[in-house]
Amino acid sequence: MKILGKWLTLIGMFCALPAFAALDIVITDGVDESRPIAVVPFVWKGAGPANKQISDIVTSDLTRSGTFKVLDDLSLPQRQISRLEDFDPKLWQNVAAEAVVVGSIEPVGNNQFKVRFDLIDLVKAQLQDESKPISKGDLLLDGRGETIVPEVAFRRYGHRISDIVYEKLTGIRGAFLTQIAYVVVNHGQNKPYKLMVADYDGFNENMLLSSSEPLMSPAWSPDGKKLAYVSFENRKAEIFVQDLQARSRVKVSSFSGINGSPVFSPDGKKLAVTLSKDGQPEVYVIDIATKAIKRVTNHYAIDTEAKWFPDGKSLLLTSERGGKPQLYRVHLDTGRIRRLTYEGEWNLGGAITPDGRSIVFVNRTQGKFNIAKMDLETRFMQVLTSTRLDESPSVAPNGTMVIYGTTHNGRQVLAAVSVDGRFKARLPVGKGEVKSPTWSPFL
Amino acid sequence: MDLNKLLKAMLVALPIMALSACSSTSESETDATSAGGADGSATSGEVREGQGGVEIGGVNQVLTPQEQQRLKFQELRKEHIIYFDFDRSEIQPQFAEILQAHGEYLVEHENVRVMIEGHADERGTPEYNIALGERRAKAVAKYLQSMGISPSQMTMVSYGEEKPLDVSRTDDGFAKNRRAVLVY
Repeated sequence: MKILGKWLTLIGMFCALPAFAALDIVITDGVDESRPIAVVPFVWKGAGPANKQISDIVTSDLTRSGTFKVLDDLSLPQRQISRLEDFDPKLWQNVAAEAVVVGSIEPVGNNQFKVRFDLIDLVKAQLQDESKPISKGDLLLDGRGETIVPEVAFRRYGHRISDIVYEKLTGIRGAFLTQIAYVVVNHGQNKPYKLMVADYDGFNENMLLSSSEPLMSPAWSPDGKKLAYVSFENRKAEIFVQDLQARSRVKVSSFSGINGSPVFSPDGKKLAVTLSKDGQPEVYVIDIATKAIKRVTNHYAIDTEAKWFPDGKSLLLTSERGGKPQLYRVHLDTGRIRRLTYEGEWNLGGAITPDGRSIVFVNRTQGKFNIAKMDLETRFMQVLTSTRLDESPSVAPNGTMVIYGTTHNGRQVLAAVSVDGRFKARLPVGKGEVKSPTWSPFL
Repeated sequence: MDLNKLLKAMLVALPIMALSACSSTSESETDATSAGGADGSATSGEVREGQGGVEIGGVNQVLTPQEQQRLKFQELRKEHIIYFDFDRSEIQPQFAEILQAHGEYLVEHENVRVMIEGHADERGTPEYNIALGERRAKAVAKYLQSMGISPSQMTMVSYGEEKPLDVSRTDDGFAKNRRAVLVY
């Protein structure tokens, strides 16, 4: 029963089946430590029954963040309120939550809706002293007046509300208006390999490319408008950069041997890549406009999986020069290289948190592959996951969450873990294997 | 004889299947063990079976030794896959004959080209496995080159962990995926 309590299943309201599932995220750990918050279902101000709900999106977002636990709305003392004016502090005295979200939706024709919401400070409301009542306005933490939202932008606006609520209560920018790129593989199909992009929660899934040969290593440009990836469509590895909206692409690298692991520089002008044209796999930097190539590493062992530190002056990479794969930092101006990881048998596939202070990577200890985090200053390493065959960690642009590929019941699926390791969730798949998730920048 | 082999194979396979049946619990996680006993013996068992067939086909007293060798290599060339240990890229002795058979053929047929594919199992990261797969393909190419095959007859591609033969993610499945494939 105790274990059951930790397993919370959110059922979405839409029937499209994305490859990685928004629909029934399974939170496997961490609900106990979440901060309680109340989200009152937004009041429908149209004729007839409500055909749109936005508070569901906010509820899902806040739950998925791992930071908040949203109370069951049926247990709330007031359920037909849409603004602070309707909020009665007396009725909410015994509700264990720190804030309340209320709002309304009004259809205005042309597939458009007026949406408004208030974020109410419940802690302050409950601390009110009878002798010195504070004005209601002091309870307003944040909110937005009536905003016209077209139907196509409905989910986006829901995520926008979540961003505002999350930032107000945590001081950290919300990452709900972001996307994930990933690869889906359906073995046995005519074109088994598909490169996909979806909202961070799995909705609005779009296919960018399908192929009979493998697709690998999607990487976002810093402006979120392009993806670099590896395609084997010509029976060899080649790196492409595809414009998401223009649906056009350019081949950036097609040397003999490996053309792999592309990743955009922070200014978006260069790609760090792995090439084996000169013998062993080495890290190079390619100028996308001029195609000029600069070699970064030079060693007979494997060097690969480069990531840019936020200042663009150094790279994190995996090297086997010490005998087994470990993470190193190489400075681009001097070529000086320094080993970062020592714990466990292998450390590889690194990612860097947006503040540049920590790295998140795959750690192999006693033969098990899990996601770990290391603080670069203290060198303290923490294994974050206990799933199987973990790989491809990617950090959310606000640095709070890591999405990664793992294996569950013999299939490759996506999972998420908070950077502190407390909150864990699995994103079950529709069909096929899902791998190589990459979190977009803020969009 | 065959029944005996089947029995032996099942003795190896059944515990592995039992393990994989409950693979979500941590006790049964098999990430670690594959380089060791269970899958190693499964692999060599497979090889013995292949070579056993070959020996039977090759016995023909009328043939000269050269003809016998030719027939044997012809049989061996039907095998296009050689397997590797976990995180290793050395050619194991039991695959030398297969590579020799392909090598002889390529030396005799200079205008035949072969594509050597390198593959890895699903452990580690996709990028690291691309590097590992290339190393395996190169090990095969180097072996063939030492037999006198021109580099221009060979091309290589590493698919890393992207094209598994067996998606069971058991030790047995991992062993089947750690391979180099000769494609004519």
